[in-house]
Parts: sequence; structure tokens; C-alpha cells
Amino acid sequence: MNQHTVIPPADVGLAIRPWQHDIHACFTAAGITHVPFVPDAGHKGLIKLCEADPSITTTVLTTEEEGIALATGLWLGGRRIVMLMQSSGVGNCVNLFSLLENCRAPFVALVTMRGEFAEFNPWQIPMGKRTGAVLELMGFDVYRADDAGAVGDTVRGAIDHAFFSRRAVAVLLGQRLIGRKDWSK
Amino acid sequence: MTIERRRAVADLLAERGDMLLVAGLGSPVYDVFAAGDHDLNFYNWGAMGSAAMIGLGLALAQPDRPVVVITGDGEMLMGIGAFATIAQHRPANLSIIILDNGQYAETGMQPTATSFGVDLAAVATACGLPDVVTLQSNNEVAALHTRIRARGGLTIAVLKIAPGDQPHTIPLRDGVEIANRFIRHAATAL
Repeated sequence: MNQHTVIPPADVGLAIRPWQHDIHACFTAAGITHVPFVPDAGHKGLIKLCEADPSITTTVLTTEEEGIALATGLWLGGRRIVMLMQSSGVGNCVNLFSLLENCRAPFVALVTMRGEFAEFNPWQIPMGKRTGAVLELMGFDVYRADDAGAVGDTVRGAIDHAFFSRRAVAVLLGQRLIGRKDWSK
Repeated sequence: MTIERRRAVADLLAERGDMLLVAGLGSPVYDVFAAGDHDLNFYNWGAMGSAAMIGLGLALAQPDRPVVVITGDGEMLMGIGAFATIAQHRPANLSIIILDNGQYAETGMQPTATSFGVDLAAVATACGLPDVVTLQSNNEVAALHTRIRARGGLTIAVLKIAPGDQPHTIPLRDGVEIANRFIRHAATAL
């Protein structure tokens, strides 16, 4: 079903941060079977882990809006998903969030932040500055992780919160956590 | 020669068995309800552009059941990237039926891009979807009905329907009730 090339975990280990392994372990423990994403450099290692995991189906989306709808369909069909996206994608989704609110559909997005710390590209700032506020405005419960050691627990809590209480939850993964983008290459 | 939308939808939903159905906002919601309410109808009253992707999610979650999306050309155009995303998976149990009259009926019959020449079937084909058909007449609907029920491969069907509005037959509107009823009947609770 998954059309992506399967990469053996041994071959992807070096590029992956410990906190990304922690997130992947949360997915395994929580029975997450699908991970749709619009890629971000901050999610690169986690995407590799998910693609290499035979128990997870990944889907690369043309826009984050599709992930909201895909998540709703998978939930109606009895599956648990977590979506990966970057902060700019939150703005793409605003009306689609109405689907989650109207159906009280559980949903988890892990949002890598741009535009908030040592940002080289000013075009990232307008959406990055308002990502949390937009999510709050649209009814999300918004968590945040800036410390690598706290990521696993935060994501675990977000998944439980979403699926136990049928809530839309976003975890903002701070730009300081992800680190500066190297623009010299 | 064009297709009568209400008759076509009723024919496609006859003897539906365990079919999971997503109806896209506007007239397709009314068409589906006019054919008879069902616990496995997901009436998508909003979130324009999402119907096909909800269908993909259902099809991936429930590969042994036929999943049918019935939506309009305007709704499909808003989420047209879904063709590219669905092509990654091509679930054999998913059918997307697009009722194409080239009009936004809900808002006063303004023309959609298909009336200016956009060919949704050609777009789907260009995105890599293998079985795409365009139907022009009522007597082609029976073959599509058979094909959907067989779950023999991802199907995209563009039905060229007659222009004009239909009586608004109004089903459940509460999203929680629609979703809970669907989940209870499909026995897919998490």
C-alpha cells in the first residue's frame, strides 16, 4: 500500500535526533498507523523513521488541508494518525479545521516552527508569528516543546488527549529545538 | 445527452451492502439523502474540497469495504490536488463519483472551471489514476454500479449531469451525530 521506498532503520540512524526517536516510539506505543505530511527540514529524521516502519503508512500531501480530511476519514474508519507539518501550513488549513470541530474528530499535528528564532527567511515570519494563535482561535489545544528532553512526553500527552477526549491537538516544536537552518550550503 | 443526477445517484446506491459513503457539500448531500438515508452516509456539509480525501482515509482504514465518494465538480476542483495524493495509494476499494454540471448550484448557478473547459477526468488521468471514465448518458450508470461493487480497482467517474438545481432534501446536519452514527454502524470506534 505504501508506495515509498522502505529504508532499513540501520541506514537512517545517524541523521535522526534523539527526540525524533522519542516521537517515533510514541507512535508505536499509541498504535499510530498513518502519518501524512507536508515535509519540513525539521521533520526530516522523523519522516525517515516513519517511512522505514512497516506498521506505519505515510502519505505525502499536496497541501496540509488534505491531511485534515485524510485524518477524519481514517478516524471514521477506526485508525489513529498523526500529521507532520510546518508552521506555514497551519494557515493553509483554517476552514478545514471546521471538519474536526463539527465532528469532534480527534486529531494530532506536530508542527515544526519557522519564523520565530534566528530566522533567515523573513517570508516565514508572518505565519510563524501567528501559528499558535490561529490554532487556538480554531479550537485546538496547543502544546509546545522547546526542550529536547520534553518532546516525547509532550507528544505522548498530545496523542492521549486527542484520542481519549476527542480533541484537536497541535504540538509546536520550537525553532530552537530544531536548530538554525544552515544557509551556507 | 446528459445524466439525471437524482436517478443516477439512486441507481448507484441501490443494494449498497456495507458501502461507506461520503457525500460532498451542496447538491450531492441532497442527492444522496433523496436516495434514502443510511447510517453509513457521511454528509460532509462543509470543509469544501475535502470529500475525496475523507474517502481516501476511509478506504485505507477499511480495505475490505467499498468506499464511495459522491461529490460535485466545484467541490472536487477546490481539492483537486487530492488526485495526486490518492495516486500514491490507489486503494482498490475507492470510487470517486463526480457529478459535473459545470455549475455551483448552491450559490446561484455560477459557472465552474469545468464549464470553461477543465476536464476533471483528464486531470485525474494525468495524476496517474488508472481507471477514469466519463459518463454521458443514463444507460451507462448500470455498468458503473457493477464496477463499484466489485471493488476491483480505484475508480474515478465523471458524470456529465443535466444543468439546473434540484429540490433541497435536507439530512442530518449535526457533525457529531453524523460521525457517531457512522462509527457505531461501521463498528469502527477507536
